[in-house]
Amino acid sequence: MQTRRKFIKIGALGLGATALTGGAANWVVGASANNTLKTDYKGSSGWRRIPTYCEVCFWKCAGWSYVSPEGNIQKIIGNNDDPQCNGRLCPRGTGGVGMYSDPDRLKTPLIRVTKNGEQSYREASWEEALDFVANKMKEIASKHGPESMALFNHGSPGKYFTHLLNAFGSNNVAAPSFAQCRGPRDTGFELTFGESVSSPEVTDIRDTRCLVLIGSHIGENMHNGQVQEMSEAIDKGAVIITVDPRLSTAASKSKFWLPIKPSTDLALLLAWIHVLIYDDLYNKEYVAMYAEGFNELKEHVKNFTPEWAYGITTLKPELIRHSAREMANAAPSVIIHPGRHTTWYGDDVQRSRAIAILNAILGSWGNRGGIFFKEGIKIPDFPRPAYPKPAWSWQDTLNGRYPFAKEAVTNTIIEASIPKPGLEHVIKGWIVAGTNLVVSIPLKEQLMQAMQSLDLLVVVDTMPMEITGYADVVLPECTYLERYDDLRATAHREPTIALRMPAVEPKYQTKPAWWISKQIGERLGLGAYYNYKDFKEVLAWQLKQIGSSLEEMERIGLKKYPRKTPVYIESGADFKFKTESGKIQLKSNELLAGGFDAMPVYTPHPQPEDGYYRLIYGRAPMHTFSRTANNRNLVALMPENSVWVNPQVAELWGLRKDQHVWLKNQAGVISNFSVKVRITERIRWDSIYIVHGFGHHHKPLTYAFGRGVNDTELISRVATDPIMGGTGMRGNFVTFVKTEPKKEAKL
Amino acid sequence: MKEELFVSGRNIPNIDPYLNIWHWEIPSYLFLGGLAAGILFFAGVFTIMGKEEKMAATVEKAPLFAPVALMLGLFLLFLDLKHKLWFWQLYTTIRLESPMGWGAWVLMIMTPISIIWSASYLTELFPNWDWKFKFLKDFEAWVIKNRVLIAWPMVLYAVILGIYTGILLSAFNARPLWNTSILGPLFLVSGMSTGAAVILLISKDHKERKIIGKIDILLIVIELFFITHLFMGYKAGSEAQIDAVNLFLGGSFTAPFFAFVVVLGLIFPVLLEVMELRGYKVPIVVPAILILLGGLIFRFLMVEAGQITRYLY
Amino acid sequence: MRYAMAIDTRKCVGCSDCVVACQTENDVPLGFCRDWVKEVVDGTYPNVSIELRSERCNHCANSPCVRCCPTGASHFEDGGIVLVEHNKCIGCGACIESCPYEARYSHPDGYVDKCTFCIHRVRQSSDPACVSVCPTKCMYFGDLEDPNSRLVNVLKNRKYKSLAPEAGTKPQIFYLL
Repeated sequence: MQTRRKFIKIGALGLGATALTGGAANWVVGASANNTLKTDYKGSSGWRRIPTYCEVCFWKCAGWSYVSPEGNIQKIIGNNDDPQCNGRLCPRGTGGVGMYSDPDRLKTPLIRVTKNGEQSYREASWEEALDFVANKMKEIASKHGPESMALFNHGSPGKYFTHLLNAFGSNNVAAPSFAQCRGPRDTGFELTFGESVSSPEVTDIRDTRCLVLIGSHIGENMHNGQVQEMSEAIDKGAVIITVDPRLSTAASKSKFWLPIKPSTDLALLLAWIHVLIYDDLYNKEYVAMYAEGFNELKEHVKNFTPEWAYGITTLKPELIRHSAREMANAAPSVIIHPGRHTTWYGDDVQRSRAIAILNAILGSWGNRGGIFFKEGIKIPDFPRPAYPKPAWSWQDTLNGRYPFAKEAVTNTIIEASIPKPGLEHVIKGWIVAGTNLVVSIPLKEQLMQAMQSLDLLVVVDTMPMEITGYADVVLPECTYLERYDDLRATAHREPTIALRMPAVEPKYQTKPAWWISKQIGERLGLGAYYNYKDFKEVLAWQLKQIGSSLEEMERIGLKKYPRKTPVYIESGADFKFKTESGKIQLKSNELLAGGFDAMPVYTPHPQPEDGYYRLIYGRAPMHTFSRTANNRNLVALMPENSVWVNPQVAELWGLRKDQHVWLKNQAGVISNFSVKVRITERIRWDSIYIVHGFGHHHKPLTYAFGRGVNDTELISRVATDPIMGGTGMRGNFVTFVKTEPKKEAKL
Repeated sequence: MKEELFVSGRNIPNIDPYLNIWHWEIPSYLFLGGLAAGILFFAGVFTIMGKEEKMAATVEKAPLFAPVALMLGLFLLFLDLKHKLWFWQLYTTIRLESPMGWGAWVLMIMTPISIIWSASYLTELFPNWDWKFKFLKDFEAWVIKNRVLIAWPMVLYAVILGIYTGILLSAFNARPLWNTSILGPLFLVSGMSTGAAVILLISKDHKERKIIGKIDILLIVIELFFITHLFMGYKAGSEAQIDAVNLFLGGSFTAPFFAFVVVLGLIFPVLLEVMELRGYKVPIVVPAILILLGGLIFRFLMVEAGQITRYLY
Repeated sequence: MRYAMAIDTRKCVGCSDCVVACQTENDVPLGFCRDWVKEVVDGTYPNVSIELRSERCNHCANSPCVRCCPTGASHFEDGGIVLVEHNKCIGCGACIESCPYEARYSHPDGYVDKCTFCIHRVRQSSDPACVSVCPTKCMYFGDLEDPNSRLVNVLKNRKYKSLAPEAGTKPQIFYLL
């Protein structure tokens, strides 16, 4: 493999160590001489309060940053009026100050150079870097067409580069969150209800009487609104049922914890459907009014009894029946939570379909305590010319696969970046904004090959994440605390808009993504699409269109608008779902037409062999993927991950608490770094669990480097869902290596 | 299996994983305090009994070590403070409930008394010593005349000082290993024993050494008795205390404690002293040094182990 | 006035927001913390349970730290809140040794530091930072002597425990079970 784009492993970049602009964050050292009276930050004595919305995860809670008279961002708290956070940010949001003050932040644009055969980065001015990018893009467009530029994105910066590429003539825009995360559940629910559960999810947890979590670990997954509402539900006496091979935090608060054998979830779901139908517990009225395909469903689940499921899942039949009864008792105020990261075993759309079907026969969709209807306010597009129509787009990279993918599949775009004889639509340039592809995308070989074949790889990021080591140009973005951004207009129970404005000037040479996009766009002759000097103008115009003003939003931060549509189905109303027939599809004719099972069927998945344990990964409430592993405030809470090992397994292997081991997977891949052992009864003896996001191997992340283990490097077997291309990653098994393995050339 | 962990990554220096706020300064100070208390106790008692002539080393020479030990101890305490500039706040208030406060004030009284006592013997021990100033010579004369009068409070404060070194620890009921009232008397007896060891070391008078030796044997036996009861008390106490004493009965402190403190520091010296009384020739240096080292190591182990022990909840 | 806190272990998810919020509110140096979250796991798979608790100084009514302080730096303020006056503290560490909850630590600036129940916020009728930020709203702060307070109400209706009551310190933080 040609190493045209070598991974640049520079120890502590030491670049861009120019004088700090925008105020040093000196808050670390306690300076209060008398701790009984602290500076009043309620607006007097020089403190400023600036509205923003958080960017540490996608929930985008609205909040206020407090800036001291010296210009330091001291504290960030939630906006009391924001229904997404109710004035309380999660630990990531509260620790957002650490994102701003991180000493390892990208500081200046970087361009890859080769000196004496060694590849490295040199600092460049914005002029130079932007010219470089624009020229390369023009080159690619002239040789292969503008469609040959692709964008991988996550979070706010994506909007500006999507706009850039659309204006340029490409809509090859992919977010890993589709094929690597929520894609299967979105597809499964769309096929059933005609629409999915969105982000943030439209689950009415705070009013539910029964919350069923299957493969969802709310509480460790810190989606603020969900955790807050689950707590409210607990106070109101709601029953929680958790299906998880591990005693998750949610499982520990559940009335029923179903310690299921991993990979057998579909069997349980089918058994539940069976019990609800054959024990006459399902919501007859609802099904009669709003669903079709019931008789086929009934016939389909005839043999999927709890006893049958017991043999597969190791869950006792009484437990399956009791939990089903509990759901039925609560119906329609019951939620079988759709989950979020649903790319597990390759049959994930079908599993999500089963969850959707369960919700349907319990009648939760459109009822209080179930799934509500969201409403948002449409923010008008700032006037611009129409986008050109591209000659081909991401759909063409599917090559007939994944017929139900409604969004771009990252892996097919990566595939299309590898030149092959006869490859019609080739991608030659990537912009990567806000996502660390090296850690988030499985099928590493393919990713590496693709990156080596590109003519241009531009990375826009705030931190020197692993992906920056492969870029031709690194463009340093400023954090969310230092910029204006699009209005947040999430659709939820009530329409709201939230303003993000800079609390302080951007540090170092960093710039907001809207500026970067505009600068590149103008160099590409697309100035007409950026008919403004400062993004403030866009915001001011948009706010005026919807009955507000920039001045008002700077004062209040968040504005609510009254709902115009009902939030639930009015009792007995003739409601039409967004499916073709207007009814819920218990049996999916679409899937059948596509050559797939019309109703979910259980298929057994590969099991670990002796001495190997299933690699289960998840989240911790104080971190967001690999993004926060360097944030000093958050690593103070959790500096590294540990591998959860059942005590019986530990005894078998002679493992002690806090011992360091390396993990080796079924294909012989050994982890880069070692990981601490946590011996706990919370995990099954056939699995191990680690929190995702650690094991960074890029030295410029001076804190995160080498701490903990990276689960994605052990995910070499991927089960792709044929329905929409989701990459199932839970089919990997690891064993322990107790002594340090010989160093091999890694990545 | 019971598992306990910090979810929020707490790792405060000197607090996690085990408390270790007091380092070598505190046990050294406790040793020096006990040593000075022992020396001054014997000096005072024998003066009151009128035996100064016969117990010259006890009454005249050994007390020279006392002010040195006390001042060194005070200095070590000062070193241990982490907010040193404010140390004088100790003397702006009397807090009866604080053993630390007691310590500060008792030392305030003991140190001058020990200096005065030793100073009054300087002209005897060093014939060329000249006080130079008249008021000092007058003061010296007064002290020499009223030695017995001074000896009474000195004995009293010596006992308080000796017991206080133990009470200081036992007042912290948050540390199960220290939470026992036998520590006070134990440290007093141990301190007196170390004081006796010093006297044995420097005395040239065979008869004096015999008397002190006999007293020391008694003290060591009492000390062993106290230690036995200390352990019995822990074993019969709460789970936190059982856990605490297990550090010494099978845990990491077992070997150093039994080897250096009990065997080498107490049993072996007392056997040697008994043998000496029976007429065998034993170099007095050996048991004396062993007792001193044993006392020092004992305090080190108690302070370190005590901080490791904690309440279970 | 007797300030106290109740924490609902049923709702706590161990997110540690209380720890970060305290840090940014009170300038707690990194590497130290005034509050922390503990997890206790009991049982054998699959009969396992966990308890998650946010712990801090319990502002005990019979506090050994106030009692043992030689200079009076550790003292009671409004409503029984235990505070350390920085310029009276000599850093002797006695209070750290005397606390059964290991709630105190030696601040790099020399004095002893710990949770202050955010007295500066309480005096302005706000809740402490940790209580204000907790996403699960599992923390309640108030005056035990105020019969109308949320705190008193929640203690009336729920079973609770405090930590190591046998230490005799009369801690003022109650964990709802």
